[in-house]
Amino acid sequence: MDLNTIWFVLIAVLFIGFFFLEGFDYGVGILLPFLGKEDRERRAIINSIGTFWDGNEVWMLTAGGAMFAAFPNWYATLFSGFYLALVVMLLALIARGVAFEYRSKKDDPVWRNRWDWVIFAGSFIPALLWGVAISNIIRGVPIDDKMNFTGNFFTLLNPYSLIGGIASLLLFTLHGSIFLSLKLSDNLLDGARKVAKKLWLPATILLFIYVILGYFETDMFSKLGVNPGVIPILAGLAILSVGYLLKIQKEGWAFVMTGITIAFSTITIFMGLFPRVMVSSTNPDWSLTIYNASSSPYTLKVMTIVAVIFVPIVLAYQAWSYWIFRKRVSTKQKLEY
Amino acid sequence: MDALTLARWQFAITTVYHFFFVPITLGLSIAVAIMQTAYYRTGNESYKKMTKFWGKLFLINFAIGVVTGIVQEFQFGMNWSQYSRFMGDIFGAPLAVEALLAFFMESTFLGIWIFGWDKISKKFHLAAIWLVAIGSNLSAIWILAANSFMQQPVGYAVRNGRAEMTDFFAIITNGHLWVQFPHVFFGAVATAGFLILSISAYQLVKKGKHEVFTKSFKFGAIYAFVGSLLVILVGHSQAQYMVKIQPMKMAAAEALWESENPASMSLFTFGDEKNRKDVFAIKIPGALSFLAYNKFDGEVKGIKNLQKEEEEKFGPGDYVPPVAVSYWTFRIMVGAGFLMLLITLLSTIQVFKSKFEFKPIWYKIVFWSMVLPWIANTTGWLFTEIARQPWTVFGLFKTADSVSNTVSAGEVGFSLVAYTLIYAVLMIIMIGLMKKYATRDVDEIEKEEKEIDNSVLSKA
Repeated sequence: MDLNTIWFVLIAVLFIGFFFLEGFDYGVGILLPFLGKEDRERRAIINSIGTFWDGNEVWMLTAGGAMFAAFPNWYATLFSGFYLALVVMLLALIARGVAFEYRSKKDDPVWRNRWDWVIFAGSFIPALLWGVAISNIIRGVPIDDKMNFTGNFFTLLNPYSLIGGIASLLLFTLHGSIFLSLKLSDNLLDGARKVAKKLWLPATILLFIYVILGYFETDMFSKLGVNPGVIPILAGLAILSVGYLLKIQKEGWAFVMTGITIAFSTITIFMGLFPRVMVSSTNPDWSLTIYNASSSPYTLKVMTIVAVIFVPIVLAYQAWSYWIFRKRVSTKQKLEY
Repeated sequence: MDALTLARWQFAITTVYHFFFVPITLGLSIAVAIMQTAYYRTGNESYKKMTKFWGKLFLINFAIGVVTGIVQEFQFGMNWSQYSRFMGDIFGAPLAVEALLAFFMESTFLGIWIFGWDKISKKFHLAAIWLVAIGSNLSAIWILAANSFMQQPVGYAVRNGRAEMTDFFAIITNGHLWVQFPHVFFGAVATAGFLILSISAYQLVKKGKHEVFTKSFKFGAIYAFVGSLLVILVGHSQAQYMVKIQPMKMAAAEALWESENPASMSLFTFGDEKNRKDVFAIKIPGALSFLAYNKFDGEVKGIKNLQKEEEEKFGPGDYVPPVAVSYWTFRIMVGAGFLMLLITLLSTIQVFKSKFEFKPIWYKIVFWSMVLPWIANTTGWLFTEIARQPWTVFGLFKTADSVSNTVSAGEVGFSLVAYTLIYAVLMIIMIGLMKKYATRDVDEIEKEEKEIDNSVLSKA
């Protein structure tokens, strides 16, 4: 494997980490105003991700930084091309991050209720927009021979990307509800379980519609062949199994399965992209690839050394922090947020 | 306005705003870690209260620092895509390392610290806050490594129509980085020190001599004094470094139109920027040479001479940054710095001499001096970045060539307005919360926490 391919894989790994981890905390944020009836309940829900959400978000920042370092042209074309969508997402993320910290710092129901809806919107918007963005990358957007995006905001809104957005939104929300089934207790636990069961079918249906649309809208399947291989199939089987696992109250396994669905769907999309990183709908020859968008071999080498040393360390201490705070959260305990 | 001008305004507004919060994160994380270390070592409850009191303010500040940082990372690609293409090979690496090495560390261990009181061992909990402090300050090193390259490009070659990295080690040992980072670091120490000092002054006046705040006042005074003193000393060597690598920046800072030997330093200049001459000026002979070389002679190059030199080197064009802005931002920064030194020196002396029997007016002065570090930080960065113009990367790449060519003025206008509005709203909310938590009764903290628990338990 050459360094360009290694970095393509690494960025895929960072996105998997990001979607897996922040996927559930987006889901938790979306469910917050609906699952939590009174203040202590809402606080318990926020506290279930209180320790983790900031660390989870760094996966996105690292993915962005890694794109910049390893594939500057990808970073430049994508971020300037999807400008308005990203502005909206940044506004959502700005408000969301502050909301977690500020919400419970005033003993005022109006104040708290407002922040709860900020958390909702701040989670809803990125959960939707990431699906839209990824779908457009694989479907292709107008890119000229100088790697410049030549479309506009409305280019990004098409049936395929919107279905992709709704699918990611539902999948993350489902993932979040199952996470809450593992983290909450008492009434809240019952609520989370109910929501998870309700969400499973629409999420699964949307995901399959998205896959079917993918046959017509992208070249992913002509690339992967009629038999797409074991990874996409496992992604499909995993989401199917979630319904059953929820029924028999095996939430731990259900969480693993939504995790696999997220991870393997992301891998499928990256496999469909490879060796491209952004598809040009104007002319296939103008697509950005891991070669024409990449940094110099020297930079890739330096960054590989850094990644090999530090990614395992980060994984180790993040996993450890999840282990320390593995206990269920209850409305009866002391709540920090 | 065109897209370039709007993008520059946006970058200035979002970056200056981001840097309102960063120095507090850098300096206060260490301060809180020191307080908690004192608690760990002595078991003295007032240190625990200090840790909790200042820790809360740290968190209120940190939240906005983090979220405005996301905009910073995305902005290069969104608004400066041509810059990102030209510089990505070099600039992306420190940003990625910053995220991987520093952001993960500070965010993960901050979570552990917030939620870990009474849940993990005291030792590990103490380690968590130190790791937050180290992570935050590590992130400063990496982002400044990137900025230092923009001031003094090293370890690169221009190939394939872009700057490519040839020596990673040269980038992190860049001489500019190692005068800039200490300057930023001690500036942050001073900023956090002033926050502690000012709020303690308020508390001492309003609530009487509580041990938590006499201790905090003393700590804040010394911490801010050390920060102010060292930021000035390091700033001096930074200026001497600047004369060597960016003489135009120094000339602009001094509104020095013609080369002089020995060079005089301007105390006050009212100049005619268009015709590049003084209208009215008071100068100290030889002082600029001394500032630049530690001796009273030696040539300091003037703006006109440098313009000629750079034209010969880089081709026709205007290589002079906005002189008035450079001149005044530099002076305001230096002036604020010396005022900070004076106030913290006097505060420290008084703490040891008079045991908090100050005149009320002194508390007032100390309280309002809280704004000084912010003034110095902001003008310092404005100077650093504006006096480098017309370059984004000095001598290598111009600002006008850096902007995204596919983002329209309308789009940048929209984001500029949107960011400014949301930042303004957050500022109001943040100040409100800061006020609430900075003025509360420190003895109520523990009571409040217990009451919450009791009310819950009695309901259950």
